[in-house]
Amino acid sequence: MDIKWNEILITGDPLILGSQIAIVLTVIAIVGGLTYFKKWGWLWREWLTTVDHKKIGIMYILSGVLMFFRGGIDGLLMKAQTARPEMNFLDAQHYNEIFTTHGVIMILFMAMPFLIGLMNVVVPLQIGARDVAFPQLNALSFWLFFSGAMLFNISFVVGGSPDAGWTSYFPLAGKEFSPGVGNNYYAIALQIAGLGTLMTGINFIVTILKMRTKGMTLIKMPMFTWTTLITSIIIVAAFPIFTVALALMTFDRLYGTHFFTLSSGGSDMLWANLFWLWGHPEVYIVILPAFGIFSEVIATFSRKSLFGYKSMVVSIVGIALLSLLVWVHHFFTMDAGPAVNSVFSITTMLIAVPTGVKIFNWLFTMRKGRIKFTTAMLWALGFIPNFVIGGVTGVMLGMAAADYQYHNTLFLVAHFHYVLIPGVVFAVFAGLYYWWPKMFGFMLNEKLGKYHFWLFVIGFNITFMPMFFLGLQGAVRRAYTYSAESGFAPLFLVSAIGSIILALGFAVFCYNIYWSFRYAKRNVSSDPWDARTLEWATASPVQFYNFAVLPEVKEIDAFWHMKKRNSGLVLKEEEIQEIHMPSNSGLPFYMAVVFGITGFFLVFEWHMAAAVAAIGIVIGLIIRSFDYDDGYHVPVEEIKNIESKWRKVEGGVKHHVG
Amino acid sequence: MSANVNTSLPLEYQTEQSRLNILGFWIFLGAEIVLFATLFAVYGVLGERYANGPTPNDIFKLKDVMIETLLLLTSSFTCGLAVFEMRRHRLKGLLTWLIVTLLLGIGFLFVEINEFIHYVHEGATMQTSAFLSSFFVLLGTHGAHVTFGIIWAVMIIIQLIQRGLTPVTARKTFIISLYWHFLDVVWIFIFTFVYLKGMVG
Repeated sequence: MDIKWNEILITGDPLILGSQIAIVLTVIAIVGGLTYFKKWGWLWREWLTTVDHKKIGIMYILSGVLMFFRGGIDGLLMKAQTARPEMNFLDAQHYNEIFTTHGVIMILFMAMPFLIGLMNVVVPLQIGARDVAFPQLNALSFWLFFSGAMLFNISFVVGGSPDAGWTSYFPLAGKEFSPGVGNNYYAIALQIAGLGTLMTGINFIVTILKMRTKGMTLIKMPMFTWTTLITSIIIVAAFPIFTVALALMTFDRLYGTHFFTLSSGGSDMLWANLFWLWGHPEVYIVILPAFGIFSEVIATFSRKSLFGYKSMVVSIVGIALLSLLVWVHHFFTMDAGPAVNSVFSITTMLIAVPTGVKIFNWLFTMRKGRIKFTTAMLWALGFIPNFVIGGVTGVMLGMAAADYQYHNTLFLVAHFHYVLIPGVVFAVFAGLYYWWPKMFGFMLNEKLGKYHFWLFVIGFNITFMPMFFLGLQGAVRRAYTYSAESGFAPLFLVSAIGSIILALGFAVFCYNIYWSFRYAKRNVSSDPWDARTLEWATASPVQFYNFAVLPEVKEIDAFWHMKKRNSGLVLKEEEIQEIHMPSNSGLPFYMAVVFGITGFFLVFEWHMAAAVAAIGIVIGLIIRSFDYDDGYHVPVEEIKNIESKWRKVEGGVKHHVG
Repeated sequence: MSANVNTSLPLEYQTEQSRLNILGFWIFLGAEIVLFATLFAVYGVLGERYANGPTPNDIFKLKDVMIETLLLLTSSFTCGLAVFEMRRHRLKGLLTWLIVTLLLGIGFLFVEINEFIHYVHEGATMQTSAFLSSFFVLLGTHGAHVTFGIIWAVMIIIQLIQRGLTPVTARKTFIISLYWHFLDVVWIFIFTFVYLKGMVG
């Protein structure tokens, strides 16, 4: 094991030096702040060891905001570099690293935690449960995700970032062409985070199948719960493929095997196939929960039941099945032959059918509804036209013969940003504005929210619309610069200006969080939107045990009907029983630390050190095996106290629909 | 999460949390099936890319493979006997058969590691060719699962001795039996698609 200390810390680049200083200052500020305000105990008891699904969800969302910031800075740097022809702001290597980390972070460390965070907060409440099926495993999921995300994020200051694109195609990503540690970070950090995601998938399948409250049959579940269930099934079906692909990549890079190499019989196309066998379902893992959020928001603010509930469910299941059958469309140009390409072309275009069904269902839900233009609803309304542009260009790309023209151009880049930003990011914002009062007991400011919406949507279109045309003119993706003679300059400049507006929109969102945290009205009712599903039938913010008495469900939009009939809303004190809750545990956090350390050593190929650190993982598992902590019981008196606090307040419980 | 116990069910299914854990483990096995299916697919793609290195016929030793197969299949049977004893609330029989299962598992690992050492001495390493990379990683993943299962089962045996048969220890035993049978099924596929196909093809 020879450690080259001079290669570990990246030096010599002013941007990176700036980041290093910023990181050190931030760490000092956090540590100093926690010590000064004596918050270490609070942090440990309330957050680091929590197994409460709501708090875990909030930690996921917080990580998502942080990662959005990091990935967004990457995006802005790229836009700055390509704003003018032949700029010298970033060199080719730096640009490669930045588009790689931008892609990985935005998909895996921004979109995923935002959505999994909202699932965590909302789904157990929507099905009338007290927690997920495996609360401690849920905490482990979060901490493994966080560990992987942090490991990936330190790459640019410690050792160098991966630079082979978020798809990390071989042979480029192999040791021969990428000898540095950058792609080790990719293989190992994503492996750790992926383990967490797989566990989340298993946890939510069991939770939704087994822990629904009395009367809630599958076909009476809220749509967000449905999409979470199907998403979890895709996670379990697809993530193990990525686990294997990353493991084989690790073997190729660290131990000299020949899975994806050009020599000794390896096959670089095998990587592309395995990657997209996971990668395409992954797109639907992020889009389906987003569809669920839109369904909730549109139904609530149209003040109507969701149109075509059953066709929505069938569409989700159809999309999930098709998502596993289209992966070859990511490499039509790699010579699989016309017959294979035709098959995958057809499966790809078929996805437009269930997606179209869903779009029409949302439109029909709004038809004749008394629509309230809240910020959450604006995001849902903005989603439909923008997402349709992304979808239609997707069908264009899905035609194998035409794809030869679009492949690897900015047209493709524009397409998937038009799918992922309206589809996922708008949904996340809609979900945050919608469920914020449920999480924190105060609302985000609606006026700032509207500034946020308009800046973001306008900025988004100015940024990405020109890229369709640049792509059609032949501008390729992942190129760090272009010549003045190419004639691309004006559109690139427009796009760069758009990205600044987009960033301003996000800044307003961050300011909105700060403003609302400081000044927003605290006494909002438990049901400020006059909503339809069970999460609004309990306090805001939600008590740790969720429901004093588990609600009984008779139909879809259960809470709406409870309000309409004015039944099941008043708590009968004699019905309150002791509640059994799981105990906090420091073990998930400990596991994240040892996984992170083991992963770090593996990245630098210090095998002995990694082996020693891995013993820490085994010790954690053994401790867990001998852990017979069975949780604790909340006494009836305590429940009565907590319930009376929010129920006796004016407007605490709503007994009618507006 | 309620602690209400339904005594009409087998011991391992009696509490709600146990039922959740068992279903969760079945779903986990589903993920494991995808994992091994991917490894088999990789072997299917790369299994005949010898890169001038040894072929299956050059290196495979049928005798070792037969011993491994017999040991592992028998261990699955004894594991079944262990759960059978558990259902009859016989702790001693359960422990005896569990320990026999583990001994057979350790025997399997011993022969497999020897087999690997033999290949490496013949110059057939993980780095030699794509065929051998996929061979070692597929079998190595299975072997690592067996190793993990043995350590895990030892923990459960200790808990059975400490606490006796309770709904919790019974559930833990039942879950590891599912895991153990699953590894046996994977081995049958390895035996068929790696060894038999390699020797015949």
